[in-house]
Amino acid sequence: MLEVKDLHAYYGKSHILNGVDLSIGEGEVVSLLGRNGVGRSTTVKAIMGEVPPRGSIRFRGEQIAGLPNHRIARKGLGYVPESRDVFPTLTVRENLELGVKNTRRPGKWKVPQFLDMFPNLARRADAPAGVLSGGEKQMLTISRTLMGDPALIMIDEPTEGLAPLIVKQIGELIAEIAAAGVSILLVEQKLSIAMDISHRVLVMGHGRIVFEGTPAALRGDQTVRGEWLEV
Amino acid sequence: MLEVIVFSTLNGLLYGLLLFMLSSGLTLIFSMMGVLNFAHASFYMLGAYFAYALGLHIGFWPALFLAPLLVAVLGAVVERFGLRRVHENGHVAELLFTFGLAYVIDETVHLLWGSIPVSYSAPEALRAPLFSLFGTDYSIYRGVTMMIAILMFVALWFLLKKTRVGLMIRAALTHGAMVGHLGHNVPRLFMGVFAFGCGLAALAGVIGGPLLSTEPGMAQSLGPVVFVVVVVGGMGSLSGAFYASLLIGLVQTFFVALDVSIGDLLNGLGFAVDPYGEVTGITLASIAPMTPFILLVLILIFRPRGLMGELEP
Ligand SMILES: Nc1ncnc2c1ncn2[C@@H]1O[C@H](COP(=O)(O)OP(=O)(O)OP(=O)(O)O)[C@@H](O)[C@H]1O
Ligand SMILES: [Mg+2]
Repeated sequence: MLEVKDLHAYYGKSHILNGVDLSIGEGEVVSLLGRNGVGRSTTVKAIMGEVPPRGSIRFRGEQIAGLPNHRIARKGLGYVPESRDVFPTLTVRENLELGVKNTRRPGKWKVPQFLDMFPNLARRADAPAGVLSGGEKQMLTISRTLMGDPALIMIDEPTEGLAPLIVKQIGELIAEIAAAGVSILLVEQKLSIAMDISHRVLVMGHGRIVFEGTPAALRGDQTVRGEWLEV
Repeated sequence: MLEVIVFSTLNGLLYGLLLFMLSSGLTLIFSMMGVLNFAHASFYMLGAYFAYALGLHIGFWPALFLAPLLVAVLGAVVERFGLRRVHENGHVAELLFTFGLAYVIDETVHLLWGSIPVSYSAPEALRAPLFSLFGTDYSIYRGVTMMIAILMFVALWFLLKKTRVGLMIRAALTHGAMVGHLGHNVPRLFMGVFAFGCGLAALAGVIGGPLLSTEPGMAQSLGPVVFVVVVVGGMGSLSGAFYASLLIGLVQTFFVALDVSIGDLLNGLGFAVDPYGEVTGITLASIAPMTPFILLVLILIFRPRGLMGELEP
């Protein structure tokens, strides 16, 4: 479904991505792990064109490298940035509604579904989203992207800095997304909630993929974990 | 006295609403695109001149509607083929671009219509009094322009608060890239907002031209005041721009209308000074054009974020 080949990206002169290769199949859940600053966010940003990409990015067979982000989104690629950008002056409900790309062709996800799933969002449905807590913002941004009915959703560090209870809720949401047949690229730092539902795990180091395998294989691989994940 | 108060209030409100028509577009464009459009007042002037020129052929009313549309289209073209390209080279380039554009428009107006005012005025019938108070007439035209300004304001509010496009605009004010990630065409939205802002400015010119004066200096004389409104209201705040527009409109109009000197004021406060002295003899009316800038300086010193501005940039 998504096929990235020899992806390079730069911030000014610094070479951040150094030939990233990765692929995600239909309905597959893949985690992208790695230490701080190895370029995981830059990878998803380059895929969305937020950082100018060099290399090949194919989505459902089409070359999307360098397209404007709205065109990429409309091909069915959803992206939830790590900055959890809720629209603070819009209400929670309006945030969700803006996730719909075309009001004449609404997708399979509906507003009430998310409000049922997250009572905290329901309670604040008509309040400005700026008042939400970090965890609530995260639930909102993921839900909002789902409203656009993506075939693949890329979620950047959804659990970072959140309390265990919230992390569990987000894990449940991600499981639900997977159960709905949506492919997922989950960016995380450590072995985490991701491990239980991921089909495949990628570990990144210094701007390229240094390990690819099943969660079980990664658990068993002391060397990779020692060198690229644990501090 | 009562007469002065009533009419100054009405005129001040009208002037304030005209200012808001200009400043609302400017502030929307600024907060969405980060572009301080120095050419904004030039689009206002174009509105007046287009309405004048069109009016000669198709009559006052059709021109009143067509001129802002034409200017909006022009604005869209400027954004699409000018600003959007310049944008890649950063904000300074954009600023210089709009700065240059303002001169190009101003000089073009000079070339096409000469350097003296053109006789753009409301039809005879509209200049009749709408009502008379204390022996002074309030023309139908002023009433009509007030109506148009208020309708425009309601329409703008409705657009921003009640429509999906308005939702996107308000979302893009804070997180433009995210709106794009959700699959909405943000560059097109920018173009629309720029065009709409230019159209609003032109509408202010169309209805303000006959009230003020349609001459090649009108952009240069109003432009700075509009910038003051945006800063005083708080960069990027629509409601701030609204209050600042009305405030400046009213203050300026009252200063013009009040036949008092600084000395008179001081005398009234209990200081005994010569009401005809060199400084004390200066009338409030002659200070009027300066008042927006005094306000600007004061705001920047005492409340740098403006009346309604956010704390963070
Ligand atoms: N806007 C930027 N300008 C310059 N350098 C940047 C910028 N953003 C990130 N970098 C650098 O690029 C490298 C990769 O950043 P990236 O955000 O992809 O890391 P990451 O793997 O997502 O880690 P984390 O999210 O934990 O910081 C880092 O060394 C970072 O310092
Ligand atoms: Mg990151």
